[in-house]
Amino acid sequence: MSQFLVILIDGMNYSAWLFLSAVGLTLIYGVMKILNVAHGSFYSLGAYVAASVMGYWFANDYPPYWSFVALAISAFVAGFIVGPLLERFMLRPQYDKDEVVILLITYGLFLILEDVIKMIWGVDPYFVSEPYELLDMFEVGDMIYPRYYLLMVGLAVTVGLGLLFLLKKTKFGRLLVAVIHDREISAAMGVNVGLVFAITFGLGCSLAALAGGFTAPTISVSPGLGVEVIVLSFAVVVTGGLGSLPGVALASIFMGLLRSVCVHFAPQFELFVIFTVMAMVLTFRPRGLFSLAEARKI
Amino acid sequence: MKLAKTIIASAIPLALMLGGHAQAADEIKIGVVTFLSGPAASPFGVPARNAAELLIEQFNKGQAPAPYNNKGFGGANIKMVLIDESGSSTSVVTEYRNLIQRENVDMVVGYISSGNCLAVGPVAEELKAVTVLFDCGTPRVFEEGNKDYVFRAVNHATADSVGAALYLKSMGVTSANYAGINQNYAWGQDSWNDFDGSMKQIFPAAEVTTSQMPKLFAGQYSAEISSVMSSKADVIHTSLWGGDLEALILQSAPRGMYKRSKVVLTTGETAMYRLAKKIPDGTIIGARGPFGVLAPKTPLNDWFRASFIDRYNVAPNYTAYQMVHALMAAKLGWEKASAAAGGKPTQEQLAGAIRGMTYEGPGGVAKFSLANGHQAVMETAYGMTKRVDGEMTLVDIKRFPAEQVMPKDGVKSSEWIANGFK
Repeated sequence: MSQFLVILIDGMNYSAWLFLSAVGLTLIYGVMKILNVAHGSFYSLGAYVAASVMGYWFANDYPPYWSFVALAISAFVAGFIVGPLLERFMLRPQYDKDEVVILLITYGLFLILEDVIKMIWGVDPYFVSEPYELLDMFEVGDMIYPRYYLLMVGLAVTVGLGLLFLLKKTKFGRLLVAVIHDREISAAMGVNVGLVFAITFGLGCSLAALAGGFTAPTISVSPGLGVEVIVLSFAVVVTGGLGSLPGVALASIFMGLLRSVCVHFAPQFELFVIFTVMAMVLTFRPRGLFSLAEARKI
Repeated sequence: MKLAKTIIASAIPLALMLGGHAQAADEIKIGVVTFLSGPAASPFGVPARNAAELLIEQFNKGQAPAPYNNKGFGGANIKMVLIDESGSSTSVVTEYRNLIQRENVDMVVGYISSGNCLAVGPVAEELKAVTVLFDCGTPRVFEEGNKDYVFRAVNHATADSVGAALYLKSMGVTSANYAGINQNYAWGQDSWNDFDGSMKQIFPAAEVTTSQMPKLFAGQYSAEISSVMSSKADVIHTSLWGGDLEALILQSAPRGMYKRSKVVLTTGETAMYRLAKKIPDGTIIGARGPFGVLAPKTPLNDWFRASFIDRYNVAPNYTAYQMVHALMAAKLGWEKASAAAGGKPTQEQLAGAIRGMTYEGPGGVAKFSLANGHQAVMETAYGMTKRVDGEMTLVDIKRFPAEQVMPKDGVKSSEWIANGFK
């Protein structure tokens, strides 16, 4: 029983991280049909901003438990400032171009942002493990886990439910769904599609930054963080179905749990288990687990 | 008078031009290749670059200690052409070709990644360009065929793994079930295979409890930590480096992994000061040789260490030492070859001079004695962490001579280990 729980906790922790890392990517694609390669850079940005803010927070002996709030706000705000700026000045002028051109622009942005981050924070690593250790540990059988893992799972659930609420229960969510289905008709009906795009891009980037921010206490925050994230996020999003929120959630859970099983019972398969899942899903469902039906346009 | 002024005015630029040509002929160009960006830059690439800049500056001023006190390389000023090692192996090979064929460098010193060393080696042979590898660990560089122009100035990874197993024995471990967390690429696999083989020889009753091979730059190790902890291993071996190693330490230490098992960090020296408060006492630390805090007390080491700290306000880590070793070997080789040639040596003369040479660096004496005189061997060392007055120190430092940790000439590492180190 305790072995099962250990695998479950490891799997859910990884699933939460995958979901937080990937959900912004699928949101942006779902609304804007942009595969944002710069997503990984926003993850890095969130990690660096969180590292700086946490360093300042603990150096000044501010209330330690409020550091989680500071971490969330700082990472989210950083993404929401830089994201819409890039959307307005780098992407919007190119919306009449092919999707591939936009993808290449986001790749260029990824490279630029990686260098900008190095320019601001340098190449030396940052360590901010205080929030990770602050919540103490819990035991499962003879295994010790940080409660921070539970925080990550809770954060992922909150973000998922929050996005569902936003899409289903708010006016902005309904506008978003309208734009997802047909941006031209939405514009003709008076929806400010440009504003919806800017907010969506900012929100997607902020979610990536939030993931980076909450990962920062568990890692060495150093250059190149975003590369691995964009590859994994892409695998999760494609498996779940580009643009599908339930899809990215299900794919994250499935991949996280399967990876955990592999690590414990067949570590030699761990390297490619996520990509095997992606390949198998795409073989039988080329548009992913929860592909959205697309109306044929005349 | 006017004519005299004209002659003088014309003569000055002419003299400067001629002087300039004479100086250019006396200049040695060295390509230095190390990671300047990406995850390997901070722990390895940048300290190595700093060491190269410091040492070349000291060489050019003639201020390095004997036998490195001749100005530059045999009196010729050294010009360093610095290249970033980041990118795919294809782009690294392209940059290497540019160094040789466009920049016309006289030799190349570089390469941290084992994959890059394996990729560059055949090209160096094709272009007949002397190349001194300074950090990459894979023994396969010379096991996949002898080289005429490629050298490695320090031990390869086998010494790290064999040394770790010998250290466990020297500390009184009698039998140890062991587990590993190593990155799933050339370095991690070679390191684990050598450690696994060495443990089987030294502790015949010991068994592997689990071998975890996470992806390079994975960053998330929760499941791997759970797996090695639940496997009840007496010893946990890891050759993770840089940010991966630091993430593993940050994630595993609070979970008590170091209390349950003896943990061996074969590249731990790069992290031991940064994470001094996180690494528990009793952790076994390696530095890929007798480098950094494990370097022997010699005048050369004292000079290098003091110069580095004076300039960069931080102690040199093992990659800085490895870079210095490679440059010192290159300097001695160049001066030996140019003395024999009576001028600038050819690449063949330079390679002949380095082949089989013995030299001393801040990490001690090294001899190019393997792979037909192209692979250097030297002792290796390990120690155990202990905080004294809040400061991280290493205690119980043990040194193992080269013949105990490196294979015999002509014998592959895996065969040497499998045959009981014979």
